[in-house]
Amino acid sequence: MLEKKHLTCIGCPMGCPLELTVIDGELRDISGNSCPRGLDYAQQEFSDPRRMVSTTVACPSGLWPRLPVKTTEAIPKDRVMDVVRKLHTMEIEAPVKAGQILLHNVAGTGIAVAATRSLPRKDGAGTETFC
Amino acid sequence: MKSLGERIYDVTIVGGGPAGLAAALGARKAGAENILIIDREKEAGGILNQCIHSGFGLHYFSQELTGPEYAERFIYDVLSENIDILTDAYVLNISPELHLEVISALHGHQDLISRTVVLAMGCRERTRGAIRTPGFRPAGVMTAGLAQKMVNMMGVLPGKRIAILGSGDIGLIMARRLILEGCEVVGVYEVQPYSNGLTRNRVQCLDDFDIPLQLSSTVAFIHGRNRLEKLTMAPVDAQLMPDLEHSWEIDCDTLLLSIGLIPENELSLRLRLHMDPATGGPRVTSTLETSFPGIFACGNVLHVHDLVDFVSEESFRAGQFATELAMGKRRPGDNIALQAGNNISSCVPQSISPDRKQTIYLRVMRPVENCTLTIGDRYAKKFRRLVPSEMLRLTLTPDILERYFGENLRIDVHPREKM
Repeated sequence: MLEKKHLTCIGCPMGCPLELTVIDGELRDISGNSCPRGLDYAQQEFSDPRRMVSTTVACPSGLWPRLPVKTTEAIPKDRVMDVVRKLHTMEIEAPVKAGQILLHNVAGTGIAVAATRSLPRKDGAGTETFC
Repeated sequence: MKSLGERIYDVTIVGGGPAGLAAALGARKAGAENILIIDREKEAGGILNQCIHSGFGLHYFSQELTGPEYAERFIYDVLSENIDILTDAYVLNISPELHLEVISALHGHQDLISRTVVLAMGCRERTRGAIRTPGFRPAGVMTAGLAQKMVNMMGVLPGKRIAILGSGDIGLIMARRLILEGCEVVGVYEVQPYSNGLTRNRVQCLDDFDIPLQLSSTVAFIHGRNRLEKLTMAPVDAQLMPDLEHSWEIDCDTLLLSIGLIPENELSLRLRLHMDPATGGPRVTSTLETSFPGIFACGNVLHVHDLVDFVSEESFRAGQFATELAMGKRRPGDNIALQAGNNISSCVPQSISPDRKQTIYLRVMRPVENCTLTIGDRYAKKFRRLVPSEMLRLTLTPDILERYFGENLRIDVHPREKM
């Protein structure tokens, strides 16, 4: 079975429209790219699309009630919503340091989640870690 | 920081966002001793603190960071350099003698004296009033950046069913963000026939979640007495006027506006700085000094950037130049005025000098493919594609300029003849 897939390359501002020819689930041809980056991107997107996820978790004792976090590596694209739903159930106690690992294996992906900022307590304790 | 008013600062920086933080580090590097950053928020970092997505730092740090991570690196460096940051504070006025009238939670009202001032106030979002959208004035109509602060910092959702007007980067980022938070995003609507955000954002924020992007369309009427209930949408003609014959309605409780940014120049206007209508910011020389001697400007207050990396780089230099002047070194003035020619909407700085390497920032007016950018008859560079949403940064070396005799150097972009 022959199938065509369309992607927009994000390698540079050009944004080349890529056309992937897939036969029986196998990537046979990539066209529309202007440079090798387009080929790499299309191959990666076809075989194992991944995304970095950044969201927030609750931190009621923090200077702000939300703490921004991210996955330490890109996770499979189809697991993004699972990861976000898991993180929405978490609550973290301030103070937090940037880079602190909050979860080692989020939603069974094997990938960790880290705080992306230092957050002092709203009562001021832990402020020396930051401002 | 008890004796705020007792010492004379070498460099005082208005704004503690990415521009102000980098300017402070530039000032220290150049040898300034007394440096003060004044910010109105409860912590430094500016808009970066609410931009929790990654994509920052690819140029400056050669790695991809989130906004808070990018900010924290700078804040850490600034604090390590023992540079004072006064938060919860406002600069009410700057006098021609460079006395700053400051009001702060910590010190109340006071005047302080500085040898030089760096304006780094950033920009703010255009609101509904700027595009005069007809209709009622219900709750639920807000700028995308405000919604970003609500969701990412305050932990409040702006609504449940969201429409986004404008395809600027903040709007695209918020489309994804709200989906991840469980909202429904009905679509992104852009009045121009092309997308205004970075390609990367359009792909990863809209395409990934099957959010439609509708070009050449706008909001024609806002319905709802208390809360937003629905929008009348319409396609626009070549003059960007809505065609009500072909309008349609969408149900939603929230409308986010991502329709452009305006440099925040109230202080600049009070000082009667010469402004550039093309950028909305002050005109500056190649040392980033405004028309008022001793007052410098950098970052989004000077011209709206799309990459924070360029803000940091530009602002670092502004801090260095401010320090030079504070220490009594005045460079010879610029002798070449840059002039925006064909398909160039703005260029910064507005004048340059051939005595050293120059960095200039340009924006095109319209998207163009296969074009040549020329600077006078001294410089020509080919580009595959230029779009208004991606600012161009060029470095000009003295050899391009040193034999240039003239007052105006024109910058043009022309389509290339096909062979």
